[in-house]
Amino acid sequence: MNETVISAKNLSLTFQTNDGPVHALKDINLDINKGDFVSFIGPSGCGKTTFLRCMADLEAPTGGSITVNGMSAAEARMKRAYGYVFQAAGLYPWRTIGGNIRLPLEIMGYDKAEQAKRVANVLELVELAGFEKKFPWQLSGGMQQRASIARALAFDADILLMDEPFGALDEIVRDHLNEQLLKLWARTEKTIGFVTHSIPEAVFLSTRIVVMSPRPGRIADVIESTLPRDRTLDIRESQEFIDIAHRVREGLRAGHAYD
Amino acid sequence: MSWIVTAVVFWLAMWTLNVRLAKGEQTRFVKILVPTLFGVTLLVLWESFVRGFSISPILLPPPSAIAARFVSSLPTLWEDFVQTFIKGALSGYVIGCSAAFLTAIAVDRSDFLKRGLLPIGNFVAALPIIGMAPILVMWFGFDWQSKSAVVVIMVFFPMLVNTVAGLSAKDAIQTDLMNTYGASYWQSLFKLGLPAAMPFIFNGLKICTTLALIGAIVAEFFGSPIRGMGFRISTEVGRLALDMVWAEITVAALAGSAFYGTMALIEKAVTFWHPSQRN
Repeated sequence: MNETVISAKNLSLTFQTNDGPVHALKDINLDINKGDFVSFIGPSGCGKTTFLRCMADLEAPTGGSITVNGMSAAEARMKRAYGYVFQAAGLYPWRTIGGNIRLPLEIMGYDKAEQAKRVANVLELVELAGFEKKFPWQLSGGMQQRASIARALAFDADILLMDEPFGALDEIVRDHLNEQLLKLWARTEKTIGFVTHSIPEAVFLSTRIVVMSPRPGRIADVIESTLPRDRTLDIRESQEFIDIAHRVREGLRAGHAYD
Repeated sequence: MSWIVTAVVFWLAMWTLNVRLAKGEQTRFVKILVPTLFGVTLLVLWESFVRGFSISPILLPPPSAIAARFVSSLPTLWEDFVQTFIKGALSGYVIGCSAAFLTAIAVDRSDFLKRGLLPIGNFVAALPIIGMAPILVMWFGFDWQSKSAVVVIMVFFPMLVNTVAGLSAKDAIQTDLMNTYGASYWQSLFKLGLPAAMPFIFNGLKICTTLALIGAIVAEFFGSPIRGMGFRISTEVGRLALDMVWAEITVAALAGSAFYGTMALIEKAVTFWHPSQRN
């Protein structure tokens, strides 16, 4: 299981703004292995979202290199190597929930029968069966976000990139979705990159936690989780969980993240 | 004097009735009845005052005379309607709006065109239509083709600006999503760009309905065969047959409202998902 899926070498990205250059990422080195659940945590402006967007080829690095599945990020994007879940659901309001999930399948040229089968499957997976014919604006925020996850799961991508997908949701819904996400990860064996600014969320979900710090955006610490892969919400009460959370907090502090 | 008294009494009675209806339960019937009563009251007041004060029919003919003229001139009105609305306004509307739509897609795709074409469009829109119409009549002849050309010029710019604005209405996440799917330009356009632009496109289409009618009528003042709503208005004014002028205005108002209403209905069906249309 040690096959490298995503590999960043000396990755840098500098935005040119009117107030001078902003170093969003500086000399990032990281390998993500197949089947890993890697969280990126850090305060706003540490470049965690930018890093994820570089993996997705939604942002072009200004230095260093990044490969996804052994090819450039751009090639990987055109080969539909990953599903991406954004901070907001970003569902198209003129399409039903089913229609939204069908969108990537239509673009990728799946036939009608296959589309219907996959839509039904992923709706089941995110517990939205029966909502296929509803429009996004008829659903709650949590349900919309689940639909957007279903949309990212509908096609065969081994990588799932998630950018603070539960950031806008309340804690109860968030806990529930976190647990569902772990089940889904166990079932699909996908490699997941997950951006968050919640320490408990990062520790609860991940096999590895990448702590980042701002100005310039860089990696402050990489923590290998010792928690078992199969976990439930109760694990958050354990000493092991508290220790890892403590180390994450230390990492954030060391990176002057609280300046 | 009796006309004036009748008018005032009728007015007060309808006013009271409408106030009472508006305060009561708002059924579908009442919602239609209130504006209808308002319109009828206006017509009755108009008729009564014109008769009561013996206003010259040249200044203002009573509605009854306009209605009588309308009914007795149906074949002429129909001929004018076909000439001006169907041949002139509608053809120009279709050509102008389609051309603007296609141009907008090109403009949206190319920054070069955006900076080059939009100012030219702006310039054309600023040309006074009164000045352009005689020139276009010289170019395209007296018949409906020149009217159509005037309409094209009138509707092109509002439609272009609205469509260009619409094509940039999609938000960043929706666009990023298309990129993550490795979607082609055309897939992106048909599945995201155009649906997101629809509220703006229909805004343009609605504005252009009235512009088209105005353009087609005004253009006929500068030369036309012996039919058409603009032609009829200008010649009947010369003959002091103001009832016929009013009958033509009635046709224009009805056609314009129906045209606008049709576009609004299609809009409601197409952009049902937009917050302004949901209920």
